[in-house]
Amino acid sequence: MITVRCFATVREILGCETRTLPPSSTPQLASDILRIVAGARTTDLPKPLLVAINCEHASLTSPVKDGDEIAFFPPVSGG
Amino acid sequence: MIIRLQTADFDPEREAQALDVKGAGARVSFVGTVRDTAQDRRIEALEIEHYPEMTRAELARIGTAAQTTHDLLEVLIIHRYGRLQSHERIVLVTVWSAHRAGAFAGCQAIVDALKTRAPFWKKEISPEGAVWVPGQTPQDLR
Repeated sequence: MITVRCFATVREILGCETRTLPPSSTPQLASDILRIVAGARTTDLPKPLLVAINCEHASLTSPVKDGDEIAFFPPVSGG
Repeated sequence: MIIRLQTADFDPEREAQALDVKGAGARVSFVGTVRDTAQDRRIEALEIEHYPEMTRAELARIGTAAQTTHDLLEVLIIHRYGRLQSHERIVLVTVWSAHRAGAFAGCQAIVDALKTRAPFWKKEISPEGAVWVPGQTPQDLR
């Protein structure tokens, strides 16, 4: 399974905090996962949209595999 | 390296004094606090959300990079989350090194990286309503 987590404005816009997806039989990118969870609301999401895979910064072109945790969130503001 | 994520306040001096760092000739601390105004709005509170598992991992990566680059002997990072009132402390970064140059540079490097890499998001609460604080993107992903 692939775990999808959304934070901050992304969570609010998609109304989704955590979701699990079955792995695909074909190679998937982060952008493919985004298309599944956001659908037409992709255009409403913050730009740039940040991606993390297994708690490391990644990008929409990063590959995602079975067992991964992928997160989508807006630019960060720590400190 | 010590990393703590917590809702409770902290005492910066007590936290730093609690560590006995051998060989240290310099200690530099940064304390970030909640502003009371933003674009002429009065800020009553800040709600800080984070991605706990990634925050811990990212802070460790940030701290390790600064330790290596600036020859730091020890790094302490405490970051709060949840709802904080204006003027409350948000973050403490304290670093120790043999000499002042490394301590100043190392502390600044960690604070700068926190702003662009650590997965925290802030919502400012004012009498006019709640507004997300615009964030930053890691340099290598721009």
